[in-house]
Amino acid sequence: MTPAASSQPALPVRRGETGKSKRVRPYTLTGGRTRFGHVLLVETIVAAIEAPEERPELTSGGLRDRVMPEMRAIVELCRRMRSVAEIAALLKMPLGVVRVLLSDLADQGRVRVHGTGHGSDRPDRALLERVLGGLRRL
Amino acid sequence: MDFAGSEPVVEGARSARSAQNASKNSPRIEDWQEDLSSAPISTKIVVAGGFGVGKTTLVGSVSEIEPLTTEALMTQASESTDDLASTPEKTTTTVAMDFGRITLEDDLVLYLFGTPGQQRFWFMWDDLVRGAIGAVVMADTRRLEDCFPALDYFESCGFPYVVAVNHFEGTTAYAARDVREALSVPERVPVVIMDARERPTVVNALLALVSHALDVAPA
Repeated sequence: MTPAASSQPALPVRRGETGKSKRVRPYTLTGGRTRFGHVLLVETIVAAIEAPEERPELTSGGLRDRVMPEMRAIVELCRRMRSVAEIAALLKMPLGVVRVLLSDLADQGRVRVHGTGHGSDRPDRALLERVLGGLRRL
Repeated sequence: MDFAGSEPVVEGARSARSAQNASKNSPRIEDWQEDLSSAPISTKIVVAGGFGVGKTTLVGSVSEIEPLTTEALMTQASESTDDLASTPEKTTTTVAMDFGRITLEDDLVLYLFGTPGQQRFWFMWDDLVRGAIGAVVMADTRRLEDCFPALDYFESCGFPYVVAVNHFEGTTAYAARDVREALSVPERVPVVIMDARERPTVVNALLALVSHALDVAPA
């Protein structure tokens, strides 16, 4: 599973090719090992991936989970659709840490990052109309 | 899978679910959370303003879950201008954000994030406001200056916002136009008078924001 097995480990990128602010990546706790392919905003929806029977290591997690029980706790919570912020709040973990762990879990194929449905851009008119309609019905 | 019509069947399902989620400690589970095959669209509104202005009260008035708190660890050099900063060097701070959730449709979820309004946390706002509809800037007429940093921030980044004056009982009631004038808020930006404890007035403030965001959104 480690990237080092197949190729050289990627160096941490200070500013990604998409030009995203480095402020969304408080990586100090993990030594910059995350290859941040996932946009994890506070409202981004994530969920666990049901692992096939023949690959129990995806659910059990092995050594990583014994070292970091937080990983398992996140996967447990993700048996339901959750937002990044909800996971952080329910596990009483700092937002930045949860983002890093979620990113790792996504890399491992244990969690799917469903996103927001509208990327990280400002919502478009169609979405704003829907929100307006929804609020009016409250 | 569009439940926008809110048919009676859906209503029944909702009340059954409410009973199931009676416990205040475990957040209520919505239908969209149980179906792992398709994710809803999620979006957010930021609620900003000074300490004690009623951000969490506002969030709690409309949220379908008890407001949750998430914490972000911050390390940065504190500014000499900050009246909370007693140490001149680097500081590690925990910043708490309260948030709530409204399932508007079975595939559309709105989050409300109450954010700390201090100047030294602006860098965190950059992150938080990414992808947001806009901001409700809460103001208390007794401490109007507390919302200045939030106004400055949202004006400088061209982010849609409305001013929501949280009227506290027993305080002088000001007209929206007086507050607008005091804050030098442009005419196109809505200023609403509300009570953070009163759900209808909170919904009204959110409607004002989304309408305004729609007005300024590119066609």
